[in-house]
Amino acid sequence: MLIKTYELTADDFTQAGSISSDIRKIAKGYGMSQETIRRVAVACYEAEINMIIHSHGGQIELSIDDEWFNIAFKDVGPGIENIELAMKPGWSTADVVAQNMGFGAGLGLPNIKKNSDTFNLFSDPNGTLLQLGFKRKDTL
Amino acid sequence: MKLQAMLGLINATPITVDDPYIVYREHYYVSCTDLMSDALAMICTNPAQTVLLTGLANGQALRTAEMMDINVIILCRNKTLGVENIELATSMEMNVFTTPLPMFDAVGILYKEGLKTATRHVD
Ligand SMILES: Nc1ncnc2c1ncn2[C@@H]1O[C@H](COP(=O)(O)OP(=O)(O)O)[C@@H](O)[C@H]1O
Ligand SMILES: [Mg+2]
Repeated sequence: MLIKTYELTADDFTQAGSISSDIRKIAKGYGMSQETIRRVAVACYEAEINMIIHSHGGQIELSIDDEWFNIAFKDVGPGIENIELAMKPGWSTADVVAQNMGFGAGLGLPNIKKNSDTFNLFSDPNGTLLQLGFKRKDTL
Repeated sequence: MKLQAMLGLINATPITVDDPYIVYREHYYVSCTDLMSDALAMICTNPAQTVLLTGLANGQALRTAEMMDINVIILCRNKTLGVENIELATSMEMNVFTTPLPMFDAVGILYKEGLKTATRHVD
C-alpha cells in the first residue's frame, strides 16, 4: 500500500536528507529493529543525495505491506549511462559541489545495495528508477 | 572512555548539547572522516558508543550521524555550526562539540588513549 509520496527538487541542498529522516521516523513507528531502521535510513539517504546531486529531480514513494517496507526513487533524468560502472565502489561523476557536501566518492550505490534486502535499478536518459525493499521483520 | 574525558583530551567545547548526561556516557569508537559516504559505509554495531569526528561542519554531517544513530559529533579546527544547523541539530537531539585541534592531532591523541576505529563496510 502506498503510504507517502515525496517531491524532490534537484540541487536543493538545504533540504538534503529531510525525506530520509522522515522515512526513518516512519520505520521506527512500524517497530522495525534498530539495525533494519539504520539500513533503511542509510540506503535512503545515499539514494536521496544521488537524486539531488545527479538527477533533475523526481519523487520518492514509500509503500508498506505486511512483510515489506518498499521505497522507490524515481527521477526524470539524465539517467545512468553505464549501471555496471556506476555500481563499482569509487566510480563517480560527482562535481566539486557534491564533494564539498561530503559526497561524491562513488560509494553510494554499492552501499545502498549492501544495506537493502532487494535492490532493482533501471535507467535510461528519461530517468532512473531505484527500487529498494526491506523485510519488516528480521528472519532468524 | 567517558565522553567528558575524551573531550578534555582534545580541549573540545560544546556547540549544542541535547542530552545533559551525554558526557558521562562511555564512548569507545570513532568514525573519523570528511567523507559522509565513508561514515555511512561503516558497520556501526554500537552507535551509542560512537563519535563522528569530522571537519565537515554542515547539515550533511548532522544528517549522516542521524541516519547512523550516532548522537555525538566533534568538529575539528574550531569549526562551528550556523544558526540553521544548530536548529537542525536540536531537532535531531544531536550533541555537537568543537575542538581547536586539526583532525590529525585530535585523532592521534584519541588513538593513543585507546579509542577504536569504526569498521568499514564497503570495499
Ligand atoms: N539518480 C541518478 N541519476 C543519474 N546518475 C546517477 C544517479 N545515481 C547515481 N548516478 C551515477 O552513478 C554514479 C555512482 O553513484 P554513487 O555510487 O552513489 O557515487 P557518487 O554519488 O558518490 O558519485 C554517480 O557518480 C552518477 O554518475
Ligand atoms: Mg551517491
